[in-house]
Amino acid sequence: MYEEVKNENFVILAVAEESRGAATAREWIELAKPTYPVLIDTEHRVADLYNMVNVPQAVWIDEQGQIVRPAETAGSHDAWRARNRADGSLPESAATLAERARQTYMDAVRDWAIHGAKSRHAYTPAQTRAHLALPGDNVALANANFRLGVFLRQRGNHEEGDAMMLTASKLRPESWNIYRQAMNLREIGPMGFAADEAFFARVDELGAGRYYPPPDIEGFPAELGFEPTA
Amino acid sequence: MITVLSDAGTAVVEARHARASGDDLWLHKDAVHAASAWTLKPEGLCQGEICVPVPRTDAAHYVSGSEVNIAAFWRLLGRPVLHDRAGSSWVLGAAAGERATTLTSLKAPDFELPDIDGQQHKLSDYLGKRVFLTTWSSW
Repeated sequence: MYEEVKNENFVILAVAEESRGAATAREWIELAKPTYPVLIDTEHRVADLYNMVNVPQAVWIDEQGQIVRPAETAGSHDAWRARNRADGSLPESAATLAERARQTYMDAVRDWAIHGAKSRHAYTPAQTRAHLALPGDNVALANANFRLGVFLRQRGNHEEGDAMMLTASKLRPESWNIYRQAMNLREIGPMGFAADEAFFARVDELGAGRYYPPPDIEGFPAELGFEPTA
Repeated sequence: MITVLSDAGTAVVEARHARASGDDLWLHKDAVHAASAWTLKPEGLCQGEICVPVPRTDAAHYVSGSEVNIAAFWRLLGRPVLHDRAGSSWVLGAAAGERATTLTSLKAPDFELPDIDGQQHKLSDYLGKRVFLTTWSSW
């Protein structure tokens, strides 16, 4: 997409929420070969500042440094939840839906990349504020616990670090970033996909609630794309 | 040696300038700025134009000689303070209200992060361009 819309007025900053650091992100970056900056955010600072709870989430920032779309799902769709967990297959209808979601979002980004403030997808200040989710005290405390947990783990103090990350996740259960990063550090190898049975149980508990809340973009698929089990 | 994590970054304070005592963190006044972005002045603990006076009751809990109890000030500001059991690693966190105020202003909060080659990038380096700020992960 970037090559298509590349112009002097638009840039992508891709932030890796990656507490294991550059070495872990490097393998992924070398696969994707991006031509834009990829930043390594071991402390999940961007998630803290912009109140994000999952990846991929994105924020649109205009030429004056003003937010014109606050944190939202960057094109992913809950259709992935239709995946057959025994054989890993994804029904074609779900794959089509996920692709339509991705395309719809990317079209909106492309429109803004080209037209800027004239794009119908760039919010007015009032619209931006209406779409903002603001953090509560539990979030501030969760972020402090997460940050210290990551730091202590880096220092080799896994016991206290893991306990703090667990506290962070309990304080802010809606953050998949905190939950999955903690799982990744605690249990899984550096390239591990933090999606064990406990993760799927947690996703199932959402029922018809969204893992990827749909962005407010005309034409973005509203259907669930899977059968809730809970 | 005590490490202090805050919005000002990660600061390592020499042992002779830092003393942890339970939930209190005493820093030499000259070490306070590097660890917190605040400074002790005659009018109180200050960041830019904003000053928090030393509370008159219990003043010795906040400032004692050349030491500042930064943890006590932090709690006075309604901000989270955390430390490890050893008292050698601390987080001086941001209050939810501060984050909310910044977001509501719509001014994109600045940050500085390294790329894969260790080169630092600030969001504000890209002022004048539209920035699609997106996140991803390996996990």
